[in-house]
Amino acid sequence: MHRFANPTRFVALARAVQPWAMTIALATLFAGLWFGLLASPPDYQQGETVRIMYVHVPAAWMAMFCYTGMAGASAVALVWKHAVAHVTARATAPIGAAFTFLALVTGSLWGKPMWGTWWVWDARLTSVLILFFLYLGYMALENAFDDRARGQRAAAILAIVGAVNVPIIKFSVDWWNTLHQPASVVRLDGPSIHPSMLTPLILMAVGYTAFYIWVLCLRVRADINMSKVRALKLRNA
Amino acid sequence: MNDYFNMGGYAAFVWPAFALSFGVLATLLVASLKSLRASEQALLDAGAKTETPQ
Repeated sequence: MHRFANPTRFVALARAVQPWAMTIALATLFAGLWFGLLASPPDYQQGETVRIMYVHVPAAWMAMFCYTGMAGASAVALVWKHAVAHVTARATAPIGAAFTFLALVTGSLWGKPMWGTWWVWDARLTSVLILFFLYLGYMALENAFDDRARGQRAAAILAIVGAVNVPIIKFSVDWWNTLHQPASVVRLDGPSIHPSMLTPLILMAVGYTAFYIWVLCLRVRADINMSKVRALKLRNA
Repeated sequence: MNDYFNMGGYAAFVWPAFALSFGVLATLLVASLKSLRASEQALLDAGAKTETPQ
């Protein structure tokens, strides 16, 4: 891993990964839409609203995956002072925030017809809302200092402390009473969901992950370019 | 066909969920592509400055 602490190598890696991530994202999202909207049956209880699952569940997974990545990269950045770890965390934040926003809104759109309410202040929904605010707080704090290094350090600490929320989200449906259903894919006894619905779900999840990697490559490259620009300007000043 | 778009009466929930998901992700993608282009241009501009005669 330390090999890629060098920004030039990291950019080379991002450039190499980017077209693959793009191809996988576009192909799996297209296939996921096909299976999700056309080639999968309605649920026997939830009817056609079950299709919202194919955009809701992967977004919620990505919300937690991105946060874990952001907190992990922040820890690496603080411990080993790797600049690219900060860059990775910073580039991840808006993507994770977008997925969290989508998980909340699509969940609301699913909750209204199935639970009879757009929102309940239960543990699962509230902890995901807090996750969204953690992303926003990270981005705000990162930009709040004139000294960039201080902002990065403050935001990294916030990201690490906020990581305690991730297991709370994951286990909230087991620890507290909630309208939200418990896990049906990631279970010790295997997925309790029919293959016809598991297929689009997995395709969309792979698509969202590849999309994250694709956009991450773009943002990392832009971020490293801008730090080069700042260094050049400083030298010429 | 109309039956399909009606989504068993849940069209008002299913379609916005999909439209919003792809809308938000597409916006994020376009914004990221734009900022990459802008950063490349900024790098060219900053680099061009170093090549001006002393």
